[in-house]
Amino acid sequence: MIDLHGFGDQLLQGAVVTLELALCSLFVGLILGLLGASAKLSSVRVLRWIANGYTTIIRGIPELLTVLIIYFGATSVLMAIAGLFGYDEYIEVGAFAAGVTALGLTFGAYATEVFRGALQSIPKGQHEAATALGMGPIRKLYRIILPQVWRIALPGLGNLFLVLLKDTALVSVVGLDDIMRKANIAVSSTKEAFLFYLVAAFMYLALTIISMVFVSFMEKRANRGLTRG
Amino acid sequence: MDFSVVVEYFPRLLEGAWVSLQLVLISIILGGIFALPIALARISPVGWIRAIPFAYIFFFRGTPLLVQIFLVYYGASQFDAVRESILWPILKEPFWCAIIAFTLNTSAYTAEIFRGAIQAIPHGEVEACKVIGMTKTQMYRRVLLPRAFGIVLPAYGNEIILMLKGSALASTITILDLTGMARTIIARTYTPMEIFIAAGAIYLVISIVIIAIFRQIELRQNRYLGTLSIKVPDKG
Repeated sequence: MIDLHGFGDQLLQGAVVTLELALCSLFVGLILGLLGASAKLSSVRVLRWIANGYTTIIRGIPELLTVLIIYFGATSVLMAIAGLFGYDEYIEVGAFAAGVTALGLTFGAYATEVFRGALQSIPKGQHEAATALGMGPIRKLYRIILPQVWRIALPGLGNLFLVLLKDTALVSVVGLDDIMRKANIAVSSTKEAFLFYLVAAFMYLALTIISMVFVSFMEKRANRGLTRG
Repeated sequence: MDFSVVVEYFPRLLEGAWVSLQLVLISIILGGIFALPIALARISPVGWIRAIPFAYIFFFRGTPLLVQIFLVYYGASQFDAVRESILWPILKEPFWCAIIAFTLNTSAYTAEIFRGAIQAIPHGEVEACKVIGMTKTQMYRRVLLPRAFGIVLPAYGNEIILMLKGSALASTITILDLTGMARTIIARTYTPMEIFIAAGAIYLVISIVIIAIFRQIELRQNRYLGTLSIKVPDKG
């Protein structure tokens, strides 16, 4: 068996943090993605501009830079806002919150495109049918449109989640105690860099495999209404 | 916010951007060269030949690039054998470690793109080649690879953009690429927002240029398709 010098528990704790970060960012990202897609398809021009600017900028700059900007920038932005309300204590943004914001923004930008494609692939006739049945826009959205959008978007979202899972490693750079940082700590005390980074790599690989299995299960579930031809 | 620091340090940022571009260019070229045999092995009819590139691709696509960089940069020096080998002058340089990690990473992604493209070619074309009596090498060289090149372009362009963004991770192993340079400047001036935003803008410009270049190559490569959406420029 491989000798982890007692750092095994630490690495597992790191894995829990990694998973928490990924799931929180996923939640934020899904909401941002739906909002972004709705804005892109909106008839209001300003909303389309904002959504286009958002996806272009986020997708064009490195994720690491996004993490750094949010981590170092959020403090000054928040303090400036708080200053307007007369609060001038020091506000610190934690690595976890910064990570969720940065990765959520990144996921949201890519998910915007996935959701937009899915929303557009729903035939116009279904919108008309729902309206003809007397459904309001909100009921139409959650009874007719969203269940289908979910089914169509799921493969794309699954891929994005795998990317997100790997991007969580970047948040270790600003000091979040995830797998990567626990591995760094273990390396600095044992000097066995190859061993610990390889173990970290296989932990990410295991998380990836679990996610893939889960996504394919969800896809099967989402497609259960379709008859296979 | 005070953007005069950006003006003052802009030449330094451009120096960093040049390092980023070098990282991307070298790894993309090397990665492309390695990707082709990996992709061809990946679609081999022999089971165990398929398994090796499958495992390789799965590992490099399933783990974070940051781990891969650390494995090469910090991991390699764990072994005395490596430190005493003739490769050590290369493996102790962060720049070359980054190149190695990026090349391994991008070759895995590119191999999957190539495989998809080769498999996307209609089977009838393969049969037609066989009927004409082409050898396997001729078939690949004259038909499948040029066809695959046209199909591959949009995805390959994306991969280069991803590599550009991934290259920011080089800053974690002390390389002064665009992100690394930005962090160094910030350590001196303590103006994180201004400098990071400037660096982000430079990345954005590079991405846009890459996208524009690929659009041009795509138009050229796929011109035989004569798609209505593609405008053929006047030749005067």
